Amino acid sequence: MLAQQLFNALVLGSVYALFSMGFTLTFGVLRVINLLYAFYVAAGAFLSLVAVRDFGVPLWAAGLFGAVGTGAIAVVCDTAVLAPLRRARAPELSSLIVTLGAALLLNSLMFLAFGAEVRRFPATLLSQAPIDLGLLQIGQIQLLIIAVVALLAALLFLFIERTRLGVAVRALAENPEAAALMGINVGVMFSGVSFLAAVLIAVAGILIGLNFDAVHPYMGEPLMLRGFAVVVIGGLGNIRGALVAGLALGFVEVMTAGYLSSNFKDAAGFAAMVITLWLRPAGLFGKAVTRRA
Amino acid sequence: MPQWLDDFLWAYGSFVYGLGVNAILGLSMYAVLALGQLSLGQAAFMGIGAYASAVLTVKFGVPFPLVLAAAMVAPAIAAMIISVPTLRLTGVYLAIATIGFGEVMRILYINTDYIGGALGLSGIPEKAGGPVIFGLLALILAGFLSATRSKIGRAFEAIREDEDAARAIGVNVAAYKLSALVVSAALAGLAGALNAHFSSFIGPNEYGFDAAVTILSYAILGGVTTPLGPVLGAVVLSALPEVLRPLHDFRLVFNGLVIVLVVIFLPRGILGVHTRRVG
Amino acid sequence: MSAPLLEVAAVTCRFSGLVAVDAVSFAVETGRIHGLIGPNGAGKTTLFNVISGLLDAGDGSIRFRERDITLLPAHARVALGLGRSFQNLRVFADMSVLENVLAGRHNRLKVPWPASVLRLPSARSEEKAAVARARELLATVNLVDKANALASSLAYGDQRRLEIVRALASDPMLLLLDEPAAGMNPTETAMLAELLRSVRGGGVTILLVEHDMNFVMGLCDRLTVLSFGRKIAEGTPKEVRADAGVIEAYLGAGDVARFLEGTQR
Repeated sequence: MLAQQLFNALVLGSVYALFSMGFTLTFGVLRVINLLYAFYVAAGAFLSLVAVRDFGVPLWAAGLFGAVGTGAIAVVCDTAVLAPLRRARAPELSSLIVTLGAALLLNSLMFLAFGAEVRRFPATLLSQAPIDLGLLQIGQIQLLIIAVVALLAALLFLFIERTRLGVAVRALAENPEAAALMGINVGVMFSGVSFLAAVLIAVAGILIGLNFDAVHPYMGEPLMLRGFAVVVIGGLGNIRGALVAGLALGFVEVMTAGYLSSNFKDAAGFAAMVITLWLRPAGLFGKAVTRRA
Repeated sequence: MPQWLDDFLWAYGSFVYGLGVNAILGLSMYAVLALGQLSLGQAAFMGIGAYASAVLTVKFGVPFPLVLAAAMVAPAIAAMIISVPTLRLTGVYLAIATIGFGEVMRILYINTDYIGGALGLSGIPEKAGGPVIFGLLALILAGFLSATRSKIGRAFEAIREDEDAARAIGVNVAAYKLSALVVSAALAGLAGALNAHFSSFIGPNEYGFDAAVTILSYAILGGVTTPLGPVLGAVVLSALPEVLRPLHDFRLVFNGLVIVLVVIFLPRGILGVHTRRVG
Repeated sequence: MSAPLLEVAAVTCRFSGLVAVDAVSFAVETGRIHGLIGPNGAGKTTLFNVISGLLDAGDGSIRFRERDITLLPAHARVALGLGRSFQNLRVFADMSVLENVLAGRHNRLKVPWPASVLRLPSARSEEKAAVARARELLATVNLVDKANALASSLAYGDQRRLEIVRALASDPMLLLLDEPAAGMNPTETAMLAELLRSVRGGGVTILLVEHDMNFVMGLCDRLTVLSFGRKIAEGTPKEVRADAGVIEAYLGAGDVARFLEGTQR
């Protein structure tokens, strides 16, 4: 039983981690908590779903399509809505507010277009029969989730830490003015990071859609709310923190549901976030963003 | 009361009272946004006020004035708990904490059968009428207008423009921010109680993310250069979908669009006037 | 002799590994105009931020009016009598000139907030007195006729003077001025020096950071010199001017002769 719980926690935590890494990447570089991310989750899932159901595309290709498509949408949104604010040197909170408005706008449009009806990925995509390992049962989808997240996390870390482009991203996060002076094309980089983060988010959406067998316009909201808790606990802007805290949250939720109460597991993350704010606001890995009161 | 007014209120009472309540919510948002704080908890605090007041009236028969007072105190306490740690942090933490708070409250309401669970609470007696709602609105608005013209208004503006400069001239920034959050929560709670007592039914899904962003849109549209801004914003954004019937289904889309366009093109809102802050 | 108005004792301030201010100690006597000088990056503004309370000192202590204010929040230091202006202009752009100065007086307006909201007579008369005082202050810098103009519409020099006057509105005992003469032409600089002398005459002690050497030498009673976060010299302008370490810090060893020649004027 415990082994099964731990495995489920790993699966759930992986998705949280994936979403949060994209979320925190955006904050670290673009300095904005982008509330459109809930929308991107659904967008990724819907795009893939359409590709699979209406065009008979194999899952891996549909996933790619969903991810890249959402990335493109993200770049458009960033250019239309966030770039003007950056140019006007608007205060940070303006960007947050504008993504709120855009999120309300796009979510509502999606709802009007697709309705509340829950759609499903075709059951034939992946084998439903779980692999029985005695102590625990592993579904193909769950294996897929763990594999995909592990791969993407590894690629992300390699990119950020080992490539020149990754160094440029980190420079941009550290000090945008200095980065621009050093010849980094800030505009292109912002678009690139928006694209990259949205790709991660979209994949999270597709995986969620497969795992919970449900695709609907508001599917991203629970994930985004978890994402808030995870990035605060892990440290705003810290990718490693997002990974660790995401996995940890998966663990906390599954354990809360299993041993305390299934109803309140959703509140566990938020409670953890409030505790973090009181005790260690910078999060596990973050730099303290405090100032004297 | 004249017959035409009676007829009008019978048909549109809910709408008119709703305008009053939304105006109070707009002022609740003004209280924090005027200092540059982005608190998105108004909907959650409204929910606390609504549920607390409904329970007190329906299950305990508490007199209405006391109910209203309680509806202000409860959210104020909650506001302090979640926001005190964010006072020393950059503004984004407050936004995140308050959004998350709304979600948690929603889960709480859905899972608590005592207050009706997912089905909500109905049968709340209609105790909030025009005089109460608009009387309170007038009082609150007058208070804000008066405060804005005094040293309080200058302190607000100073904090919004430049917190460190505000500290350097002796403004106790932390105290002002906390007070603003508490006032904002209390007003939202009051709005919730008033709303509960004329719509006679409340449910857990009325106080979520969409509601929070809608309240924000009132203040964004009207701007926070004057307390009249969010009031005007509330009236316009509440009335428009009623007046323009085709807009009704697109109400949320419209609110979102308004926020995006105003933030980008009209950062000070449609009432971007300079108000005198000399008493 | 009475205790110094301000005593900075071994104050250190670090930023993620970098030591911006390194165990700096100095004192400012009441009634003086004291200058804090040094090449760019010497840590002068950081030190100002620590003294005024916008930054925490990692080490060391600060005493003001014989009280330890090291842990006191910024606004409480203003209440004690510490005022400051900023290096990069930080007037409140969206407020009028008069409102800026009134804002500066915030700490001296003691009427409790309910009285303000209810517009009780006590609040109204306090406000009237504050407006009168604000206009007085604006008159000393020739800005009264612009009282209702938006602060952002003022010329650069006017904004600088506005910021100084805003700091004076809190009736400080010690005024911290961060590069008050920056961007000013010689005429404006001379007027500023006059203004500061009369401010000192009115009983306000001044601690200023400045780069304009002529301005500093002519105005200050005493100088403290910082370089790379450390104090390297202290004394009267004459003493400091001749200090080899100071000259080297500013110019590098090669230009000593030219500098000495230049300051014979």
